[in-house]
Amino acid sequence: MHRFANPARFLRLAAAIQPWTAGATLILLGLGLYFGLVDSPADYQQGESVRIMYVHVPSAWLAMAAYSTMAAASGVGIIWKHPLADLVAKAASPVGAAFTFVCLVTGSLWGKPMWGTWWAWDARLTSMLILFFLYLGHMALLNAFDDPTRGAKAAGILALAGFVNIPIIKFSVDWWNTLHQPASVSRVGMPAIDPAMLLPLMLMGLAFTTFFVTILLMRVRSEILAVKVRAIRLTQIHSVPGSATGELVGESLR
Amino acid sequence: MTSLATYFSMGGYAAFVWPSYALTAVVMVGLVVVTWRGLKAREAELKALQDVMPRRRARTHEGQGQ
Repeated sequence: MHRFANPARFLRLAAAIQPWTAGATLILLGLGLYFGLVDSPADYQQGESVRIMYVHVPSAWLAMAAYSTMAAASGVGIIWKHPLADLVAKAASPVGAAFTFVCLVTGSLWGKPMWGTWWAWDARLTSMLILFFLYLGHMALLNAFDDPTRGAKAAGILALAGFVNIPIIKFSVDWWNTLHQPASVSRVGMPAIDPAMLLPLMLMGLAFTTFFVTILLMRVRSEILAVKVRAIRLTQIHSVPGSATGELVGESLR
Repeated sequence: MTSLATYFSMGGYAAFVWPSYALTAVVMVGLVVVTWRGLKAREAELKALQDVMPRRRARTHEGQGQ
């Protein structure tokens, strides 16, 4: 695993993987949208509103997967002090926050016609809202310190502590009496969902996953470059007496 | 034409289905645009720095890349 943790090697690997994940995203999204919006039946109870599921559920999956990625990276960053791990955590949180937001809003749009309310303080909904705030807190902490390493450490501790929320979200529908329906895909035995609906759901789930990988790779590349820029700026300040060059370069870029 | 109108009406749930898909599309496209722009901006920033100061750092980087 440490072999891939070398930034130069990571950059090469990311550049090689990215076209494939980007291409897979486009194909899977195309197929998912076709089966989701055209070639799948309406629900016998929910009618056509069931099509919201094909964006709502994958967003929820991704919101939790991104958080797990972020928490795992934070753990590696804190325990082994690995700089690349901190960058992965930093790159993941805005993406996770965006999909948590999509999940909350599409859930609301689905809840209004089906439950008769935009929002309820139900265990699943509330724990998902907490996830959104955890993401916002993580992003805020990262930028709260002048020293990026301290920011990464503080944000990493929040990410790890907040990980307790992930199983709460997952099992909230079993532990409490919720308005939200229980799991229908990851059930023991057969999924309680028609194959004609499971297909677009899985396609969209895969599409969102490859989308996440593509965006994450791009963001980590971007963070590595930012670290390099910072390092060069620091050597300029320290090596050039009076740091006239450093200031000039800094000015010309603004 | 009528069948198309029927399709877009989504059995009366058009006001809930289409905004859901629209929001998802906007967020995904937004993420791509923001991430892409950020990456390009940093690449340009790094290049500008390395052009002005093509000392050890730039060479070490190229050496590792090969």
